[in-house]
Amino acid sequence: MMAQTTLATPAVQAPAVARPRRRRFTPARIGIYVFLFGAALFFLLPLYVMAVTSLKGMDEIRAGSILALPGAWTVEPWRQAWSEVCTGASCEGIRGGFWNSVRITLPSTILPILIGAVNGYALSFWRPRGANILFGVLLGGAFIPVQVMIYPLVRLLAGAGIFGSLPAIVLVHLVFGMPVMTLLFRNYYASLPQELFHAARIDGGGFWRIFLHVVLPLSTPIIVVAAIMQVTGVWNDYILGLVFAGRDNLPMTVQLNNVINTTTGTRLYNVNMAATILTALVPLALYFFSGRWFVRGIAAGAVKG
Amino acid sequence: MSNVHLRKLSITLGGKPIIRELDLNVEPGEFLVLLGPSGCGKSTLLHSIAGLIDASAGSIEIDGQDMTLADPSERGIGMVFQSYALYPTMTVKDNMSFGLKMAGTPKAEIARRVGRAAEMLQLDALLSRKPAQLSGGQRQRVAIGRALVREAGVFLFDEPLSNLDAKLRAELRRELKLLHARLGSTMIYVTHDQVEAMTLATRIVVMEKGAVQQIGTPADVYERPANRFVAGFLGAPAMNFIDGEIDLHQRFSARGLALALRQPVPAGAATLGVRPEHVRIEADGPLAGAVTLVEPMGNHQVLWLDCGGQVLSAIVHGPDVYTAGQALRFGIDAARVSLFDAASGGRL
Amino acid sequence: MSRPIRAVRVRSLTPAVKPYLALLPMALTVIVAYLGTMAWTLRTSFTASRTFASDKFIGLAQYERLFDNERWMLSLHNLALYGVLFILACLVIGFLLAVFIDQNVSGEGVLRTVFLYPYAMSFVATGLVWQWLLTPGTGIDGTIAALGFPGFVFDWIVDQDMAIYTIVIATVWQSAGLVMALMLAGLRGIDADIWKAARLDGIPVWRVYLSIILPMLWPTIATVFLLLATSVVKLFDAVVAMTQGGPGTASEVPAKFIMDHLFLRSNIGLASAGAIMLLVPVVALLAPYAYARSRRSRARGHA
Repeated sequence: MMAQTTLATPAVQAPAVARPRRRRFTPARIGIYVFLFGAALFFLLPLYVMAVTSLKGMDEIRAGSILALPGAWTVEPWRQAWSEVCTGASCEGIRGGFWNSVRITLPSTILPILIGAVNGYALSFWRPRGANILFGVLLGGAFIPVQVMIYPLVRLLAGAGIFGSLPAIVLVHLVFGMPVMTLLFRNYYASLPQELFHAARIDGGGFWRIFLHVVLPLSTPIIVVAAIMQVTGVWNDYILGLVFAGRDNLPMTVQLNNVINTTTGTRLYNVNMAATILTALVPLALYFFSGRWFVRGIAAGAVKG
Repeated sequence: MSNVHLRKLSITLGGKPIIRELDLNVEPGEFLVLLGPSGCGKSTLLHSIAGLIDASAGSIEIDGQDMTLADPSERGIGMVFQSYALYPTMTVKDNMSFGLKMAGTPKAEIARRVGRAAEMLQLDALLSRKPAQLSGGQRQRVAIGRALVREAGVFLFDEPLSNLDAKLRAELRRELKLLHARLGSTMIYVTHDQVEAMTLATRIVVMEKGAVQQIGTPADVYERPANRFVAGFLGAPAMNFIDGEIDLHQRFSARGLALALRQPVPAGAATLGVRPEHVRIEADGPLAGAVTLVEPMGNHQVLWLDCGGQVLSAIVHGPDVYTAGQALRFGIDAARVSLFDAASGGRL
Repeated sequence: MSRPIRAVRVRSLTPAVKPYLALLPMALTVIVAYLGTMAWTLRTSFTASRTFASDKFIGLAQYERLFDNERWMLSLHNLALYGVLFILACLVIGFLLAVFIDQNVSGEGVLRTVFLYPYAMSFVATGLVWQWLLTPGTGIDGTIAALGFPGFVFDWIVDQDMAIYTIVIATVWQSAGLVMALMLAGLRGIDADIWKAARLDGIPVWRVYLSIILPMLWPTIATVFLLLATSVVKLFDAVVAMTQGGPGTASEVPAKFIMDHLFLRSNIGLASAGAIMLLVPVVALLAPYAYARSRRSRARGHA
């Protein structure tokens, strides 16, 4: 029989959740905290380095350690990144890319959400024959590497005369965002009671009426999740923006890569890092402010079907 | 066959006291039922006997040994959970032998124990199946088998029948009773279902808000409830309660009825408790009432009576037909009533 | 609201048609944008297209040329190496993080935020930051050298043989948090009574995880594996940002090979053949996964 020297601490919660208890300071518990702390350091390292590098002068960067805090803090790299760096043709900074990304992201979020909602609604409540097979293929398409579809899409859009324009990139984001959006809404609507739908039909509602008056008002939580996922996905996209947006609409990610990897002459690491932070800012801010919704989105979208 | 002694046991969870200074002796071989509504602390108590929850004060002794701080696997207990908690990726046989393997039990001994449990619970045909391929009743038996192979002195049951449908519940209840008769082991059983408690227990511990309300045999608890709570908790339909006064001549009177009492009780405000089966519909009964509702139950009927504003339920057997609004006369068996103090609810 | 009981005239579009109309965008997407383009690419892979699509069918010649192409073979080799390491590292690290966080640690919310935020960053940003971190001399190795290991140099990113491993590091940093989040959700879905039963059986915690919990998490692990595998096949942005496929072509990957040949080297036929080859592992993974899911849901009686 084990004799413990410490008095039992009020341990786990009610019988419903009994995890393996641990006394507060066993070596195992210390080990857990050490591991987690070490992992946290590894994960935070790039963020720290990004921030710190972007606030130093180039002389400090060349002379000092990458981990050192700035001796002389300066926001000059940020100013340069925003309004002076050369992104290919012009040297107006990365702000052009920022606004491009905004102009791309907004319609590329609203449209897929709308269509995803209607799709999910039709699939989970009305269930027309054959729709599930269609949906299955749609989901399968989400796994197909984009390279298989890129060139034919280019030809199609060129044929329609819109290649290299804002409508083109929005359309492409719609096409590639549809599977996840539809999945999110379909699963969410499937969790709503079917009785609501039956009651609405008895009350005489048609397809669109029920959607607008009954289903859509109940969809706020999933719209939030979908918006977060889509904004993050579209803003962070590189390859689609590179191919379809056209020179005037290149998103921030493309311009960022141009700034950093196609520079001739001296590389301004601090400006580069400032530009990187600026590019990552929107999704990161979204993430830090809405963490729980973000995770919910991942769980809902990633656990397919 | 172990005994269990709880002395001044207190359990606090998340800052809130759940159990306060509880004393309880479980005799070897008895089937003790912890009965009470949800939140009364019965499950917490069981988990602390098992060692899954720490006690904040007091002691737990199993078979004369202090187990207050011992690990669950070292207390000589087996436990059956509400959700069965069978390891889903293992066969029935592996489920029952896993714990023994972990403890280093020799293979021959494992085989002997598993064989014995399987034979006792009729699991022989199911040994190579996985839990997903079993019915609810079969899974419950495997859960019991897993506890059995530990050859423990005490078996703990945490509402094992709650997840089953009514018919299966009744069937397994009977099997449990037979099992206890065959094994003779000490069993502590938690439930909120008073039918389970009445049919299975050698003694019932009625609990409410972390405190023991009464400990007694099923007959004790049913016929001589210690307070109003216990009286109202056991029996279906529930006991009828009538508030009134006891005068100096041992007469109870309330609005609409009066009764001469057979027991010596102090005078004052009191509540009369009478079970529906002790309300007798008689053509020449001393009390008058009218039927408000008839509930046919197959082998008996429940009549709801209005008696001068008081609502009473009565159980009648026999073929007589009653209709709502019908006036009738009835009597109350004064030898079987309970009287409770109006303020404290305690038995007088 | 009473209506006269009369024969009601059928409205212009019976309700039965409207759902199909509403699903038209989805149907168009599937048929044109997914199946149509795949068919077109497949067809092109059998032609002699160079800068423009041609109609000259040459059978499997493009595929032969593909597998004679040194750069393509290198990209396949890199992808296989990368894939195994990436998936393994993500699974192990993600699982360990989830298990450790699940031990009732304080500050769980903060920890989860820290492990998952990299997933909110684009592959490009990730690649660029890690490029900077792993720059020989001014990167991390400089700091370590200053700490007392003079002459320590970490030059994997400019080393032909080691460049691909730097990409593993960067992308594992980004994706392990996602695996953790999914595994944690799976762990939390496990019946609490299983833990109690295991405690009663006296099973040590590590053994519970190994023999009981891990097998129970199989569906979650399968899903995670599928997600990781598809992102392996799609690897492009991170390579472009971090090494541009270099040094030289040392860290070339199939997706980049295809893109380069579509847009820069004007060899659409070859690129199409490459794209179709890229489909093979995806289909090989998807088919059994979809089959297993449909069998399981049919067994459970789902719609």
